[in-house]
Amino acid sequence: MKFYRSHILVCGGTGCSSSGAGALIDRFNEQLKLHALDQEVGVVKTGCFGLCEAGPVVIVYPEGTFYSRVRPEDVDLIVSEHMLKGRIVRKLVYHHETEEPAGQSLNDVEFYKHQTRLALRNCGVIDPEQIDEYIAFDGYKALARALTEMSPQQVIDVLKESGLRGRGGGGFPTGLKWQFCRNSPGEKKYVICNADEGDPGAFMDRSVLEGDPNAVLEAMALCGYAIGSDEGYIYVRAEYPIAVRRLEIAIRQAREYGLLGNGILGTEFNFDIHIRLGAGAFVCGEETALMTSIEGHRGEPNPKPPFPAQQGLFGLPSNINNVETFANIPQILLNGADWFRSMGTRRSPGTKVFALGGKINNTGLVEVAMGTPLRKVIYDIGGGIPKGKRFKAVQTGGPSGGCIPESLIDVPIEYDSLIEIGSMMGSGGMIVMDEDNCMVDIARFFLEFTVDESCGKCTPCRVGTRRMLEILDRIVSGKGEEGDLEQLEILAESINDTALCGLGQTAPNPVLSTIKYFREEYEAHIRDKRCPARHCKELLHLEITDKCRGCTACFRVCPVGAITGQPRARHAIDTSKCIKCESCIEKCHFGAIIKV
Amino acid sequence: MKSISELEQIRQRTLDRLNQRLEDRSDEVRVVVGMGTCGIAAGARAVMMAFMTECTLRKLSHVTVSQTGCIGMCRFEPMADVFLPGQEKVTYVNLDGDKARRIVTDHIVNGNPVTEYVITSQLGSAGKEEDQ
Repeated sequence: MKFYRSHILVCGGTGCSSSGAGALIDRFNEQLKLHALDQEVGVVKTGCFGLCEAGPVVIVYPEGTFYSRVRPEDVDLIVSEHMLKGRIVRKLVYHHETEEPAGQSLNDVEFYKHQTRLALRNCGVIDPEQIDEYIAFDGYKALARALTEMSPQQVIDVLKESGLRGRGGGGFPTGLKWQFCRNSPGEKKYVICNADEGDPGAFMDRSVLEGDPNAVLEAMALCGYAIGSDEGYIYVRAEYPIAVRRLEIAIRQAREYGLLGNGILGTEFNFDIHIRLGAGAFVCGEETALMTSIEGHRGEPNPKPPFPAQQGLFGLPSNINNVETFANIPQILLNGADWFRSMGTRRSPGTKVFALGGKINNTGLVEVAMGTPLRKVIYDIGGGIPKGKRFKAVQTGGPSGGCIPESLIDVPIEYDSLIEIGSMMGSGGMIVMDEDNCMVDIARFFLEFTVDESCGKCTPCRVGTRRMLEILDRIVSGKGEEGDLEQLEILAESINDTALCGLGQTAPNPVLSTIKYFREEYEAHIRDKRCPARHCKELLHLEITDKCRGCTACFRVCPVGAITGQPRARHAIDTSKCIKCESCIEKCHFGAIIKV
Repeated sequence: MKSISELEQIRQRTLDRLNQRLEDRSDEVRVVVGMGTCGIAAGARAVMMAFMTECTLRKLSHVTVSQTGCIGMCRFEPMADVFLPGQEKVTYVNLDGDKARRIVTDHIVNGNPVTEYVITSQLGSAGKEEDQ
C-alpha cells in the first residue's frame, strides 16, 4: 500500500458534486503529475463534510487545512503553493461568516468546534469506495467481536443499555425493537434499512450512505445476527444516485472479503443484503408502506398491529431501522453502552444529525450531542440569520413536525422536549425562518406537501388534509372568515386521531404548532386582511415613498406598465395593474418602494 | 475472509497509509522538511522522498512527513525538524538522502539524535539559540 506524505480530500457528496467537485479531482491529479508530486500526495474522494454551503470543499492532511468554494483554476494554486512549497493558500481557506479568516484547520472552524460527530465520524475522513479504509478505522470489528465473543442476546442487551432510540423520527428504543423481532417465532426473518429519506430539506441519511456505506452494512449484519436473520434489504430512493452507487460498491467489496455472504469470518453466520430502489413517494418512508413497496406492490401503509416484528416483509418477522440509527450501532458495540450514554441526555443518549436549511448562514449538515440548545445550533454552528434579519422560528421534523418560536429557542434538543412543545425530532430537518416568513404560508406549504404525498388509502388523510389546505388557501388570499381557526383545529384533531399511518396522523402538526405560537398572525390575516410578514401577495400592495428621485428605473423594469411619473419627479404605482412581482423593489437604488 | 486476524491485517495495513488523517496521536513523530524555494533548490525534495521511503520500508506508521516554508536560514538548506513526543525538536541542516535515512534509523527508531547533522552555533548563531 502506498505511503503518501500528504492527502488531499475532496468532498464527493451530492452537494459538492453538483457544485463541481468532480472536475477538481481530475485537475488535482493532472497538476500533481505536472509538478511530479503524484508519488508524494494522494487524492481521495470522500463523503460529505457537512458544510455544503461552502462547497466544493477540499481538506489537506496532515495539516487539516480546510479550503472552501474551490474552483478548478484554484487547484493549480493549491498544488503549486501548498503542495509544492508548503505555503497554505490563505485566501481560499474557509472562514466563518462572522469571524476573521484566522482558522486554518478543521478543528478551529466554529462550524465544527461545537459538533460531536458519531454517525458522521467517517464522513469526510475515509474514501467510501474503499472498504479497507473503513476497516482501518475499526470497521467490521464490532461484527467480528459479536460473532466470536457475544451471543445474539448479549448484542441486544448492549443496545438496550445504551438507550439508543430510532433516529428516523419516532424515537422508539432500538434494543427493544430488536428484542421483539428476536422473540418472534419463525425460521426466516428480514433486516430492513429505511433509506427513503423524504422530508424536504433533510439529507443526513444520504450523507451517511455516501460517506460511510459500510457502517450501515456492518450494523445490518449485526442486526441479522441478533434477531436471527440471514437477509437484508436497503430501501433507498432512486433520486440518490451517488448513495446507490457507493452502496453497490460497498456490498460488492464486503462480499469479496467474505464480510457478507455465507460463513462470515469463519463462523456459521450467513447474511446478505439487497438494494431496492424507491421511486420517491413520501409515504414509502412509513415502514409498512415501505415493506409493501419492497414486495412489489403499490406503496400503501397497513394498519398496525400486526407490527413488522410479528408480520413484516413477505408476512415474516422483520426489523426495520433508519440509516442513521444503523450508523450508530457498530460504535456502540465497540465502545460499550456507558460510552454512548456519556453523550447526550438521560432520556435521549447519543447525538443527532441535523440538516440546517432556510434562512441561515451555514447551510449544511451538523451532528450535535442530544440536549444541545437550539440556540447553539442556529447561532454558534449555523452562524445565525443572514443579512442581519431577526430570527422568527425554526421548523423541525419536516411535514410531521412543528414550528418552534423564538421564545423557546433555549429548549434542549431531545425527543421528549420537542414533543412537549408541539414539534418533533423527525428525521432531523431544521428549517430556519426569519421575519420575512409568513407562518400561515409556511403551514400552508407543508400541508400542500402532505396533500400531494397522501397515498389516498384512508379518508382522514386524503380528504381531511385537503379541506385544511382549502381553508389555509382562503386565509392567505384574504378570504378568511371567523371560525376558520376553530374549524382547522377540529379537523386537525380528527385527522390525528383517525388517519391510518404516521403520515396522516402527523400531517396537521405544522398547522397546529403555528396556530399555537403565532395565533395573532393568523388573526391578522383573517380579521385585518393583513400579512404581518408582508409575504402574502393578495394582502399587500406596493407604494412609492417620497424617497423616490424619479430615476425611472422602476418604470422601465415594470412588466405590466403599472408605474407612471415624469423623470426627476416622484413616481406612482397603479395598484389595479400591479401584479406584485417586486421587480421594481429590486431595481430601486433608493429603497423608495415599500410593501404595505 | 475467514478469520479475525485477516481483518486485523487489513486494518493495520490501511492504517499505515491513513495515519495522517487521525487526530490527537500521542505517539506521533513529525518530520517537517523545509520546502521553501530555497529548500527545493537545495534538494529538499530528494530528502523528503528519502524520509518517506525509509519510513515506509520500516513500516513506521506513527511518523508523519510534512513540509513547511522557508524559515530564514536558507544557506543551511535542505533542513528538517524532527519532533519526538515529549521532547524538544531537533533541527538538522545540510541534509541529503543518505543523511535522512540515517536520521530515521538513529534518531526516530533508536532515539539517538545524529549530533553531527544538528544545527550548531558554528553554523549559525541564531540557529543555536532558537533550537536549544
